[in-house]
Amino acid sequence: MNACSLQIDQLSLGYRTQSGQVLPVVRAVSLTLGAGETLGLVGESGCGKSTLGMALLGHLRSGNALLGGRVLVGGADVFQLERGALARLRGQQVAFVPQNASQALTPTMRLGAQATEALTLHLGMDLVAAQRQVLDLFERLRLPQAAALLRRYPHELSGGQQQRVVLAMALVRRPAWLILDEPTTGLDVITQAHVLQLLQTITREQGTGMLYISHDLEVVAQVSARVAVMYAGELVEVAPVAMLFADPNHPYTSGLLAALPHVSGQRLPAPIPGQPPALHEISPTCAFAPRCSFVTRQCHAHAPPLGPSAGPLGLAEPLLPGTVPAASIHLVRCHHAQHVATVRSSARANGAGPPALPPSSQTATHEPLLVLHEVRVSYARPSLIERVRRIPAAPATVDNLSLVVHRGETLALVGESGSGKTTLLRAIAGLKAVEAGRMSFGATDLMRSVDQRPHEVRRAIQIVFQNPDASLNPRQTIAQILAQPLRLYFGLTSARCRERAGALLERVRLAPYYLERFPGQLSGGEKQRVAIARAFAAEPELVLCDEVISALDVSVQSAVLELLNALQAEQRVAYLFITHNLAVVRAIADRVAVLYHGRLCEVGPVAGLAEPPWHPYTATLLGATGVLAAATRPMLARDRADPAPPARGCPFQRRCPHHLGPICDEESPPWQELVTGRRICCHLKL
Amino acid sequence: MVELMLTLVLQRLLWSLLVFALVAVVIFVLLELLPGDAATAYLGRTATPARTAQLRERLGLDRPAVVRFAAWTSGVLRGDFGTSLARRAPVATFLWVRLRNSLLLGLLATLISVPLALLLGVLAGLTRDRWPDLLLSLLALFSISLPEFVIGTLLIFSFSLHFTLLPAVTLVDAAAPLAELLPYTVLPTATLTLMLSGYLLSLMRTSIIDALRSEHVQMARLKGLPPLRVLLWHALPGALAPVVTASAMIIAWIIGNLVVVEAVFNYPGIGTLALNAIQDRDLPMVQAIVLVLAGCHLLINLLADLLTLALNPQLRTLRMR
Amino acid sequence: MLGLLFLAVHLLLAALSPLVVPYDPVAFAGGAAFAPPSAAHLFGTDNLGRDVFTRTLLGGRVALLITLAGIGLAVAWGGLLGMVLGLVGGWLDEALMRLVDAMLAIPETIFLLLIAGIVGTDHVVLILALGFLYGVGVIRIARTATLTLVAQDFVLAARARGEHQHTIVLRELLPNVLDMLLVEGALRWSWMLLAFSALSFLGFGVAPPTPDWGVMIAQNRSTFGIAPWATLFPSAAIGSLIIGINLFVGVLAKAIGLDRVDGITV
Repeated sequence: MNACSLQIDQLSLGYRTQSGQVLPVVRAVSLTLGAGETLGLVGESGCGKSTLGMALLGHLRSGNALLGGRVLVGGADVFQLERGALARLRGQQVAFVPQNASQALTPTMRLGAQATEALTLHLGMDLVAAQRQVLDLFERLRLPQAAALLRRYPHELSGGQQQRVVLAMALVRRPAWLILDEPTTGLDVITQAHVLQLLQTITREQGTGMLYISHDLEVVAQVSARVAVMYAGELVEVAPVAMLFADPNHPYTSGLLAALPHVSGQRLPAPIPGQPPALHEISPTCAFAPRCSFVTRQCHAHAPPLGPSAGPLGLAEPLLPGTVPAASIHLVRCHHAQHVATVRSSARANGAGPPALPPSSQTATHEPLLVLHEVRVSYARPSLIERVRRIPAAPATVDNLSLVVHRGETLALVGESGSGKTTLLRAIAGLKAVEAGRMSFGATDLMRSVDQRPHEVRRAIQIVFQNPDASLNPRQTIAQILAQPLRLYFGLTSARCRERAGALLERVRLAPYYLERFPGQLSGGEKQRVAIARAFAAEPELVLCDEVISALDVSVQSAVLELLNALQAEQRVAYLFITHNLAVVRAIADRVAVLYHGRLCEVGPVAGLAEPPWHPYTATLLGATGVLAAATRPMLARDRADPAPPARGCPFQRRCPHHLGPICDEESPPWQELVTGRRICCHLKL
Repeated sequence: MVELMLTLVLQRLLWSLLVFALVAVVIFVLLELLPGDAATAYLGRTATPARTAQLRERLGLDRPAVVRFAAWTSGVLRGDFGTSLARRAPVATFLWVRLRNSLLLGLLATLISVPLALLLGVLAGLTRDRWPDLLLSLLALFSISLPEFVIGTLLIFSFSLHFTLLPAVTLVDAAAPLAELLPYTVLPTATLTLMLSGYLLSLMRTSIIDALRSEHVQMARLKGLPPLRVLLWHALPGALAPVVTASAMIIAWIIGNLVVVEAVFNYPGIGTLALNAIQDRDLPMVQAIVLVLAGCHLLINLLADLLTLALNPQLRTLRMR
Repeated sequence: MLGLLFLAVHLLLAALSPLVVPYDPVAFAGGAAFAPPSAAHLFGTDNLGRDVFTRTLLGGRVALLITLAGIGLAVAWGGLLGMVLGLVGGWLDEALMRLVDAMLAIPETIFLLLIAGIVGTDHVVLILALGFLYGVGVIRIARTATLTLVAQDFVLAARARGEHQHTIVLRELLPNVLDMLLVEGALRWSWMLLAFSALSFLGFGVAPPTPDWGVMIAQNRSTFGIAPWATLFPSAAIGSLIIGINLFVGVLAKAIGLDRVDGITV
């Protein structure tokens, strides 16, 4: 362990385009971190945070260039180091943990070899000792069957396990600094909570300093002491975590905080208008000015400096140029920082903000629209060989699922990836055949395949997919995309289609000139709006939303949620809203259903969700989302996601922290109804 | 694990056998579809009704197609490929020795070009857009763009007419021992090597560039590993797998299409045998050659499949989870 | 861009050369046989005293005509069948794909020689044979592309709306498959040209005395030592055409976003 400071000094990085132009990616960033300090670096995609992170190891991606400034690790400038010294720096002092573990592990090497190579090469350890150390960390990170894991290949692990292996690979070298680039973004909330907790414990023990890069303010707040907010390649605000959350001085930080959906408050998050500038659009003065509600002429004329904030600590000591800011100082880059702070605090005092209840509660009825009765859907069909060899078929992906969606309400379906949410949605849409059970829509029975359903039913059920990049045909213009449902369901002529398409774009708050564009020319949020417009073109009664915001940036997410709520108020449409994020549920849903391994655990109104009792799985999910106090957060009994649900008993039996014994493994749990109207499927006495 | 591997290997083997059986059917049907039959084809303009009928009877062409197919396949299974019309001897007497000569060419070309091209491909990928890469890519472009008979002609002129180092055309008997044949293989092998290397080099270059851009290679660099270790352990194994599959397809294609190169050098391989048989309109011979070459094609692809299986743990352990 | 230039010059020459050539391609041109390049005979004369410049300019016409028609045919039927198989799936797809495997195992040159040798070297026969043979390879490409596309969300969205099958094929799939077929078609065109010139070289393609590069090389290569120009110029002509196509394929693939570094695939 070699403690040393990390200093970023006026670092500027650029991207060289094909035409030879150099665009700014990171602009004069300065930060000083003392040994063992933890700092969170927050910003939306494209703000330069990953580029900055890799530069701390002296690595520039192809096309990137160093334009100026230095990165000093223990006093040595990483960009001046000769090759051997740089390799030692990366091997011993600064370790990097990437976002995408499945891509970052070499698929053709066993995990043991990958995890030990840096130890044997840089620290001169012999293989046995190195393996012992790796094994030790694997176990501490709660990886199952750690010893066997050394001989496994990356693809044999689940995403959460891969991420922990990558983490172990970095931690085992006991580096002075850990640079983490969105290390938990691809993970389920529960796994994420586990990883963060373990990360904190181990780094604290080893005295490792951390630079934690993320787009997620809440995650950053959990692991770091200080937060730096980055926008368009610049630092706009740096402050200790508590201070930043309580008293954000930059309009962007303030906006980011307001955009966070929050489990405890039933309010709709407020979006930040507009979107981050592309590299070639960055203004030389205040880059945030085009999206800012506090903007004045001054903002367009002069670039604001990064200076001490108006808050009590900011003014405490005047900064001399070149002095190292202490860890407790609050820095902000805004001409109107003081104004931002006062406006925010008065707004909070007045309790103003978006409506306290989701607007759908005004449209929700008790008239059943979609009724599912003991539905079963299987994803995998047994192959010929499996049938010949009489290998028993895996239990169905979704089983014994009964659910009602009422006209005009929003039902949120919550579960981790692999819980069968998407499978169920496809079955409702008629894209996947149901094996058993009944589905009805209004007064009609829903046929298994969309081809057999009446025209009217097809029109009334629409679907919006998770990833707008994939759900819009890249070779069609927006006008063509929107015209398809109009022509199909209403037989409109081309001229009428165009007119209606324009009106639809307006309803999703996009300008009419988008009609001529191709999806490739739109941002993620804009594409998702088009996908929503396409669904609403059919004038549906039920819209199936499959993780519609999870592929979008934070500031854009809340805008899409707001749009969905507004459209619901206008059109009294019902949503079946699939998500893994309980915080989002509270913001937009009337009722919630929790799904584990394709079986329902709990159904009920959102209103009472903050109070116990819960199904043990719901409790774990809530704990991971940060609703419960840290001390009472339940941890899973076993940290292992099984690919297939158990054949008998409770679906949660293998991971339940309250496992009662054989009864859970053998018998299907009963449904118990609470006074609040919530129903829970569990053997526990509630 | 062993059982799984065995199942996979067995599965691939069975598929290949099935496809091979299909090849036999396809060849037979294709020949049936051509206007006329072996008798009219062979006799050509010299055909008279009497001679045609006589030959038909001798060849058993008056029987129904299904019966003839059964007779042919059962003969093939016993190693009897029928009788050559032009050479008036069993096809098998020519077939195997010619196949040996052709495979010798193919093997030599593969043994030289695969290591050479893969090495140069890696070099080109590592020096992307700098002069070694530009030079190699240009050479590869020429190699894949020039017809083999042009390459062969230029080689003949350079090495046997201009410098008189090597024989231009083969002057020994087809059944000569390999040692005597060897000098005559130099120029045809060189031609094949030039053809093969261009494709293989480009494939390897593309594949290694992709691998070097991948996140896991970037991660290996960020771990501070030396460049050679990054290349050999993290980039190369993954980059090789697609190249192996594609190389096998190209090699199999070349073996099946040796006709032109063998004709340029008058080399006594299965290609020239096929060319002569077509010129003589000797259908039984052609039928046998096509079947054997198709078999080689499938065998090479099968071997590549198994090699990929060994190279790629993801395929090997796919069903283990 | 260089590729496009090569290609344009070749296509232009193929279209216009009969109007500009100085001599009768099939007749003795008035000089000696094996005359070296001169002002009168820019590329010299061949074994029969014919003007090599004239014959080289004209020598690509038949090959271009036949292969362009052939590749058009191949892409059309192979692309269509591949798309249908990718959509339909099931046992029909499985069975036909095995048949495709079997067809691909059959040596291409021998197949073409056989057709040309037995049926004849009529242009229509050659076009049909080349178009059929190369279409088999296209089936697999189109099928794979279709399978990838069918799994995409925008096709699922169309199915969920209840669009007719033909609307899905024409509006959702075809524009995306066509891009890829264009690149693959151009690449296969170069292979087809090589195969066709080999046929001519072996005496089964263009019948003499019609000028053709393959035939010219076959006739003059034995006298390479005396008159290298009679072989070299047609060789350069065919080489530049194929190089042009290969470069063009690279540019095309990049423009469409099928990012293959060199456009070389199998």
